[in-house]
Amino acid sequence: MSNPVAFLGRTAQYVLLSIAAFVSVFPFFWMVLGATNTSPDIIRGRIAPGTALFDNIGKFLTQIDLPRVLFNSLFIAGVGSALTLIVASMAGYGFEMFRSRVRERVFSLLLLMLSIPFAALMIPLFIMMANLKLINTYQAIILPSIASIFIIFYFRQATKAFPHELRDAARIDGLKEWQIFFYVYMPVMRSTYAAATIIVFMANWNNYLWPLIVLQTNDMFTMTLAIAALNAGYTPDFGVIMVGAIIATLPTLVIFFLLQRRFVEGMLGAVK
Amino acid sequence: MAHSHLARSEKINGWGFVMPALVLIGIFMIYPIVWSLWMSFQTGRGMQLSFGGLANITRLTQDPIFIRALTNTLIFLAIQVPVMLVLALLFANALNDSKLWGRGFFRTAIFLPCVTSLVAYSVIFKSMFAGDGIVNQTLLALNLIDVPIAWLADPFWAKVVIVTAITWRWTGYNMIFYLAAMQNIDRSIYEAARIDGVPAWARFWYLTVPMLKPVILFTSIISTIGTLQLFDEPNLITLGGPSDSTLTLSLYIYNLSFKFMPSFGYAATVSYVIVILVALLSILQFFAVRERRT
Repeated sequence: MSNPVAFLGRTAQYVLLSIAAFVSVFPFFWMVLGATNTSPDIIRGRIAPGTALFDNIGKFLTQIDLPRVLFNSLFIAGVGSALTLIVASMAGYGFEMFRSRVRERVFSLLLLMLSIPFAALMIPLFIMMANLKLINTYQAIILPSIASIFIIFYFRQATKAFPHELRDAARIDGLKEWQIFFYVYMPVMRSTYAAATIIVFMANWNNYLWPLIVLQTNDMFTMTLAIAALNAGYTPDFGVIMVGAIIATLPTLVIFFLLQRRFVEGMLGAVK
Repeated sequence: MAHSHLARSEKINGWGFVMPALVLIGIFMIYPIVWSLWMSFQTGRGMQLSFGGLANITRLTQDPIFIRALTNTLIFLAIQVPVMLVLALLFANALNDSKLWGRGFFRTAIFLPCVTSLVAYSVIFKSMFAGDGIVNQTLLALNLIDVPIAWLADPFWAKVVIVTAITWRWTGYNMIFYLAAMQNIDRSIYEAARIDGVPAWARFWYLTVPMLKPVILFTSIISTIGTLQLFDEPNLITLGGPSDSTLTLSLYIYNLSFKFMPSFGYAATVSYVIVILVALLSILQFFAVRERRT
């Protein structure tokens, strides 16, 4: 480092990144510390491990029916994600492998619809669910989430890399088109499916506004709704909330660390 | 004969694969968006709606809470999106350096916030910005302030908390897009510029930024769409308060429809304000980036 300007630049680079990394990670520490502290200590800014962990966990378990809430979250996110992956990948495959002028137009329309805000859909959707007597059911959450335009787009982009020779060979072998999709395309594209699973599962797991509208009784609550319910009122117990926040964050955090590369690939999928 | 058979099979299969998705999109997107347009011309309480012509639009212009929510949303948009995207660009640029020690660590750390659930991180931020909370304690200890800031009780600072929270959650997400795009830029361009004595800031500003324009456009459009629909953070951190200072359009629509006596028609009108804003701003950003390129 003979050049002082380069040295300064390098130092600035490390300072900037260290601050950014610290600020990014600190709330995670705060969450874990918070789970061990009492609520008054948390809002007093106590930055040391406390002794209230088991007390907080105990209170959490008496206020929230954890197995039930976890089941609701996992069921909605799991079934919803599986259906999205099948329906959206079929559509992405169809748009890319069977081109026609009409379908290209339809696809352009779908892309325009990507920017439709959910706020403009939620009132009619709510009335629709009420008319279908589906308020407070899993179906009400899952059904509108299945045909994700973003995931259709993602699969169409990924399908551009699917070798057409594979399809042609399968056709010569006498496979029907749906068999080619299920037995050739799906296994070949498994890394695309893995990346898409992560995005869709996370979106479903973290969904808040729509479940808030449609799920109305405690026994149907998802993890996000349970935490939001703990947060309501004038003096929420932050120690208990932190226990919930850890449980809600853990699955996505674990998926992230196990599949870091896929995770990032999935998020980048849209711009490739 | 054989040809027409093939064409027919292409047609059946082409539609067969996309049909399940199209049917669902028709039922759960197209039908509702048309319905809510129709609803925005209706007035009344609950399910008892009747045609009211432009009554809802007149009501919009005279509704101080709507004006409030619209202003707040636009303020969030105008401040939060540029701040976040500039930070994301700076971090990406600092990370785009193969000689940087601890690169993987920094990248993972800055990306980590987007793994959290919106509800979980919102309540965590709420606790950190409490009156005597950790943020005030830290600022006092660093002598940056003399008295604690009433983060959540002051209309101005409550907005700052919301902007800070969203920026924390999404900067790493945008950074990843920039980083990926930067890694696709041919390194020899930088080498040539360096040999010609172009300083680092100029290489960033005159080489990197112009080449990232398509990604910058993409991220600014998705961030704009996201911020215009802002709901989770204000609902969980400040409940739209104090005195509606963090009330957003989405939160107002929610309150109009599900909190008080439902006023679905008027709420649908407010929701169309978001639809129009999203469309206008996307077009504007698209042309802004196009113009500058030529």
